[in-house]
Amino acid sequence: MKPRQRKFVYIIFALVALGTAIGLVLYALNDNISLYFTPTQVLNKEAPHGRGFRMGGLVVMDSVKRQSDGLTVHFSITDTAKSMPVVYKGFLPDLFKEGKGVVVHGKLEAGNVFRADEVLAKHDENYIAPEAAYAMKQAAKGQSAVNAAPSVNAPATK
Amino acid sequence: MAINWFKYSSPSTFYGVAGKMVPWFAWSATILFVAGLYISFFVAPTDVQQSEAYRIMFIHVPASILSMFIYLVMAGYAALGLIFNTRLSSMMASALAPTGALLAFLSLWTGALWGKPMWGAWWVWDARLTSELILLFLYLGFIALHASIDDPRRADRASALLAIIGSVNVPIIYFSVQWWNTLHQGASVKFTGTSMHVAMQQGMYTMMLAVWSYAIAVSLLRVRCIILERECKAQWVSELAEVRQ
Amino acid sequence: MNWGEFFAMNGYAWYIWGSYGMALLIFIIEIVMVRHRKMLTLQQLHLMRNAEDDMT
Repeated sequence: MKPRQRKFVYIIFALVALGTAIGLVLYALNDNISLYFTPTQVLNKEAPHGRGFRMGGLVVMDSVKRQSDGLTVHFSITDTAKSMPVVYKGFLPDLFKEGKGVVVHGKLEAGNVFRADEVLAKHDENYIAPEAAYAMKQAAKGQSAVNAAPSVNAPATK
Repeated sequence: MAINWFKYSSPSTFYGVAGKMVPWFAWSATILFVAGLYISFFVAPTDVQQSEAYRIMFIHVPASILSMFIYLVMAGYAALGLIFNTRLSSMMASALAPTGALLAFLSLWTGALWGKPMWGAWWVWDARLTSELILLFLYLGFIALHASIDDPRRADRASALLAIIGSVNVPIIYFSVQWWNTLHQGASVKFTGTSMHVAMQQGMYTMMLAVWSYAIAVSLLRVRCIILERECKAQWVSELAEVRQ
Repeated sequence: MNWGEFFAMNGYAWYIWGSYGMALLIFIIEIVMVRHRKMLTLQQLHLMRNAEDDMT
């Protein structure tokens, strides 16, 4: 084997070895790389006990209730299979909305209530102009007029 | 009419070729930036969810994509230099690293300024953000390692190895939003189409081409410096007009 | 649309102009540094050439 070819083999070998090593590490750490747990995982007790962790999902429609102090908020997070109530005291990010994605940090309390100390909004990858969103809502309303689904938020964007 | 590519792989020829190409890329970058910023701020409509804040996307996405792409190109050049022992490829790799590092930093900076108002946090240790941070460190490691070894050819070989090994990180950045739960949203521009308003797409693509042209222009400028520095003892360098005067 | 409204960016002015400002700053710094490096390299080459001329 010429020196150049041997060098080439060494490089390929190093790449494969390193790739495999990193792959294995990632596989082993899989749970820790994910930023949050889903409510289903939390209810299956896959989330850590006694210390803080993150939980993510969608804010359940019509679940957001503000207490009279104006700061404490109650809402539920769902992964469409299971849902879990959350209590949070503090300011919410601009994108916090019912039906939208959210990631909360905090601890699980007795009675399966999640007490959050941080709320992060998770937005999706869709970028839509107001007119297009209005048109889409009108179309959705037209379709759902038959069964009068209340889940479609009626007042369209101004 | 086969082009003799090996002719262009000699530093003396490429020095002249690069010098002729720089103004073209510099001008197209300028024009594309003006057009891109115009579309991004005056043509593209306000986003329904994010209002005006989404306009950070027009610089954030090109910077992020280019920081990843430049890394792959850099690792490719470094590998060529390692395997075929061509000086010019290694010089190209060294010329690309600072531009890539700056774009990776810009990606993190604009991401933080976008994340704060939208998510509610400047930074989270999610897989997408962390792997992009690792990319920045890989660039810095490449530059530092190259600078730490006095003999340029040995420096080329050592840093090439780092560049090649680190290229594993690029697909991790790209697929991180699919492989793990992240706060970062998924890709809007996918191989299978996009989920974005047309004018927004046009703004983003124009800005992407602008950053692309800019990166090419500035790397060519830098590779010309590197060629002069490393070939300073060669006859052709001392015969250059800019050296003779 | 008036300019005041445009620059206010619906309350996101700091975030948006902070992003584009940093981009501009980075591009300018990079160009200045590359030009500076070119100047230094050429200076060095002049010095080397002059030294050679002195020897011959």
